[in-house]
Amino acid sequence: MLLVLLSLLVLLASSALAFVLRKDPARAQDAGAYGAVAASLTGLLPAGRVLLTGMPETLTLPWAVPLGSLSFTLDPLAAFFLAPLFILTGLAAVYGVDYLKAYEGKKPLGLAWAAFNILTASMVVVFTAANAVLFMLGWELMAAAAFLLVLFEHEREQSRRAAYLYLAAGGAGALLLLAAFGLLGRSAASLDFALFSVPAGGGASAVFLLCLAGFGLKAGFIPLHVWVPEADPAAPGYVAAVMSGVMMKTGIYGLIRVLGFLSPWQEWWGWAMLLAGAASCVLGGLFALAQHDLRRVLAYSSIENIGIILMALGLGTVAAVNGATAMSALAFAGALLHVLNHALFKGLLFMGAGAVLRGAGTSELDALGGLGKRMPRTLPLFLLASAAACALPPLNGFTGEFLIYLAAFGGAAAPAALAGIVTALALAVAGALAAAAFTRAAGTAFLGEPRTGRAAGAQEAGPLMIFSMRALALLCLLAGLAGPLLLLPVGTAVAAAFGLAPALAAMEGAAAPLVYVSAAGLLLISLAALVFAGRALALKGKQPAAAGTWDCGYAAPTARMQYGAASFSQPLTDFFQPILRKIGQYPVITEYFPGKASFSTEAQAVFYNSFYMPAAARLRDLAYRFSWIQHGRLQIYILYIVVTLLLLLLWKL
Amino acid sequence: MNTFAELIIVFIILIDLALAVTGSLSSCIKLVALQGVVAGILPLLAMHGSPHFRAVAFAAVIIALKGAVFPWLMMRARDRSGARKDVEPLISYPASILLCLGAFIASSWLGSRLPLPETGVAWIVPASLATIFTGFLLITTRTKAITQVLGYLVIENGIYIFGLALFVEQPMMVELAILLDVFVAVFVMGIAIFHISREFDHIDTAELSELSDWRRGEDGR
Amino acid sequence: MEIVKPLVQLLAALLLAPLLPGVINRVKAFFAGRRGQPLLQLYYDLAKLLRKTPVYSRTTTWVFKAGPAIGLAALAAALLVMPFAGRPSALSFDGDFVYLIYLLGLARFCAVLAALDTGSAFEGMGASREMQFAVFSEPGFFLGLAALAAVTGQRSLGGMFGVLTGDSWRVAAPVLALLTASFFIALLAENSRVPADDPNTHLELTMIHEAMILDHSGPDLAYILYGAALKLWLFGSLIASMVLPSHSGAWARDAAMFLLVMLGVAAAVGVTESVMARLRLTKVPYMLITAFAFSALALIFQMGR
Repeated sequence: MLLVLLSLLVLLASSALAFVLRKDPARAQDAGAYGAVAASLTGLLPAGRVLLTGMPETLTLPWAVPLGSLSFTLDPLAAFFLAPLFILTGLAAVYGVDYLKAYEGKKPLGLAWAAFNILTASMVVVFTAANAVLFMLGWELMAAAAFLLVLFEHEREQSRRAAYLYLAAGGAGALLLLAAFGLLGRSAASLDFALFSVPAGGGASAVFLLCLAGFGLKAGFIPLHVWVPEADPAAPGYVAAVMSGVMMKTGIYGLIRVLGFLSPWQEWWGWAMLLAGAASCVLGGLFALAQHDLRRVLAYSSIENIGIILMALGLGTVAAVNGATAMSALAFAGALLHVLNHALFKGLLFMGAGAVLRGAGTSELDALGGLGKRMPRTLPLFLLASAAACALPPLNGFTGEFLIYLAAFGGAAAPAALAGIVTALALAVAGALAAAAFTRAAGTAFLGEPRTGRAAGAQEAGPLMIFSMRALALLCLLAGLAGPLLLLPVGTAVAAAFGLAPALAAMEGAAAPLVYVSAAGLLLISLAALVFAGRALALKGKQPAAAGTWDCGYAAPTARMQYGAASFSQPLTDFFQPILRKIGQYPVITEYFPGKASFSTEAQAVFYNSFYMPAAARLRDLAYRFSWIQHGRLQIYILYIVVTLLLLLLWKL
Repeated sequence: MNTFAELIIVFIILIDLALAVTGSLSSCIKLVALQGVVAGILPLLAMHGSPHFRAVAFAAVIIALKGAVFPWLMMRARDRSGARKDVEPLISYPASILLCLGAFIASSWLGSRLPLPETGVAWIVPASLATIFTGFLLITTRTKAITQVLGYLVIENGIYIFGLALFVEQPMMVELAILLDVFVAVFVMGIAIFHISREFDHIDTAELSELSDWRRGEDGR
Repeated sequence: MEIVKPLVQLLAALLLAPLLPGVINRVKAFFAGRRGQPLLQLYYDLAKLLRKTPVYSRTTTWVFKAGPAIGLAALAAALLVMPFAGRPSALSFDGDFVYLIYLLGLARFCAVLAALDTGSAFEGMGASREMQFAVFSEPGFFLGLAALAAVTGQRSLGGMFGVLTGDSWRVAAPVLALLTASFFIALLAENSRVPADDPNTHLELTMIHEAMILDHSGPDLAYILYGAALKLWLFGSLIASMVLPSHSGAWARDAAMFLLVMLGVAAAVGVTESVMARLRLTKVPYMLITAFAFSALALIFQMGR
């Protein structure tokens, strides 16, 4: 535990140092990045130790805040979330050094590093806090730091809007959480997690709903996701990797924690999570398919994956309530494993998108193309991450989903079996949609011919960026092949969150098939090697000829004739138009010799435009009705205060 | 369990699905006729022991009516009306099929809740409810008058199967009354369609609202 | 001996897979009143293509060359999971059918990326359609396997087909019939057969799978063709195991019967192709949704039993 505290101190110190050195960008970068890496290495040690031993470590320091106490607990659940946090922030910091070089002298890099390390530190606090006041402190600090980072390119209107949206969502979520913690700890002397008691009657359900919404606003599942597709793409690449890979997971972490407090559970809680998760993963995949910006595709894919995790939590809850212990534990284990895996591959994907943005100056899919030749080192990494995001074996995206599938098919009786079928179906649909979205994104950006001059002149990412991405890619592959080894930490984390018995059941249920999955993964790799060897043998002594692409005899193909992002997904997006509501302009050709025609299609933020905007407009109209209260005169406001005080006095008398 | 009867039940549900999705009027008519015939065979199979003569005769009448007379009438109405030969649904194919599947899930849930006597054939209640729902689907989401009649016929098939579930031994009483109703209804509709199409050159029900007063008043003409 | 059997089965599948397209072609030729290609045509083609020197487009990168190879590896790995004549395969574990589906996804992923690597409009078109149909066909196929798992109470393919016997058909005929129909539609769609796609058309605007591989040549094309044959074998053996669930206990006899049924499945595909016209492209999703409906119905039946 002391080591975690040490890494926290290192983060804060390097953050302060980076801020002090802000006049000297190069040194500020060093201060921030070295601090982040050092903190990561320090923090990984205790996290790993706790995961392996399963023994929680606690630490309480004196703190004079009412209801609060400076108490930290590093139990296996916290450690399980800390591990991806430290892995990702450490690598992101290395990546960030190269990424930010272009901004030296143009942007306050010291401030950016200070905010980045504060973000990491605040997440460490969130994961280890054992007191609600401390937790909320970390929670709000995290929101503030991420807000600053989203505003990094504040000259763009889009970034400002995204940051504002993010802040609003975070504020609303925090309010709900305060209410939930108040309900949980209303009879205790302090808001220590250990002293929480389950409210009687409908109180438990109220707490659950408050937490689902409050944490959901951070986790970003549908329909609470509106900030995700705006804020994640607006942040710099390495920050987006951390935000999408870890920060959104703080919501999942909080939800698991609170579920731990709230036993016994109600069955409908599980169904609520399951259905929200299912909607989130299917719609997230669908929306990802319709986006025209690489980073927005990734953001929606994050929503999809958060949906998968939430759905697994819901499945586990339904199963647990119905007494299917093994099934529920498998589902929880799958959810946790996917937390880790998603952090790895989504971090890599966002870093790849950052490299594209850095190299080509844009991440608009239809302005890219042919980057594979200009960025040959980024290409395999991005493709690997895409395959992992589509949950393709032998990569790591598959193992977590596989556990969830195993859980889904483990139901014997009606409610649990039904929940399992819904889960499996949603996973299958989401998987197919993700495959379409990622082949589209990777194919349009990296393959074929460049569509614009910017894409043609793209630069390869810097060596530090490549290093970070390679490290993550390696981890993706290893985590995919070492699924059984990861079961131990996952098991201890599940045990810490939900009790020992289900965790043991999960280990038993999952161990054998996962060993087979790993073996099959190795087999697949060796088969691929065999096939490649066969190919090399067949090509031995031959000189393959080079020619233009065979376009069915068309003699003068241009890059613009390629299938673009919009055309690739058009059959599917047209089919789902009632849900997607793209705004499009299709040319109608009436003459025999038509002139120039243009075609445009735009994916709109459906929930934002169709639900939140009208709701906000309603609210504003309602607020206008009360505008007569506001006169702008000081005297009247003082009168209000006096009247309120008087009323309160009367009420208390 | 009576596997053959179960297969027939599945077949009836598949016909429901097919009805929800076919585009052409004539195949719609044929499907409804086929469903009627299959439903007519069902009581012979569901019965325990050897069938009575009365039951066989009754089944024969039903099969003849639903398999030959009704389709012939409908085909005639279709040919005479001179309308386009497709169904013109108001909702898309996937929506129809998903609605139908949802209806089947709902009716299997409902079937497990209804306090009904054991029939010996699984799924007979859900299948009948799903068939009734498909009839409603045809009536509500198709524009043509002839599909409305088809919808009624499908509902009648559903009720027939439902009656089978209720009175395995004595379905005739209920059935005869219903059949008579529908028979009259088909005749009336046939005549109506024939005349409407003569008046208006088409049998789109949307156009029937032209006949009402308020619509004209709304247009201001 | 028991250890050798799965390997022999695997070897048989690897060797005999290219026979199936030959059978289909012969059946189609019979219906068209032609003599048709030799039964072993695909073998000749493969041998020839493997000897040829490929031509690579200047647009392409290593992705174009790696695509067919990884795709073939994925399909071969999928073959390891698939039971043969109702007997466990070399690799059989709980949830292996999930693994199988994701391996097919991997093969598709590679094929699509390789197609997009050429920058050709036609191949992009094919890739787009391939992904579109996958979105519709995958959930149905998945649900079908889930229903089969529910029928048999097993969670591995080997277990499912091991438990499935003639008696299962007597007890659960409706469910199994629906599933077989659903799998057959999946076979037609996934293997780009009529009515989803036409393997013979070279009219670029209408084809799907063929459009994706326009640029491949030499050993790469051989890999793709062989991979397609393996995929056909995969789906064929799924259906064969469904309709012929008898286990006499004698391995050789079971295997012979199984191979016979496989030929029957290929013939059935050929007949389907001969008597049906290709569906309009916008109607193909409808067919796949129908397969989904079959699977869903089967599952509902099974759940309510």
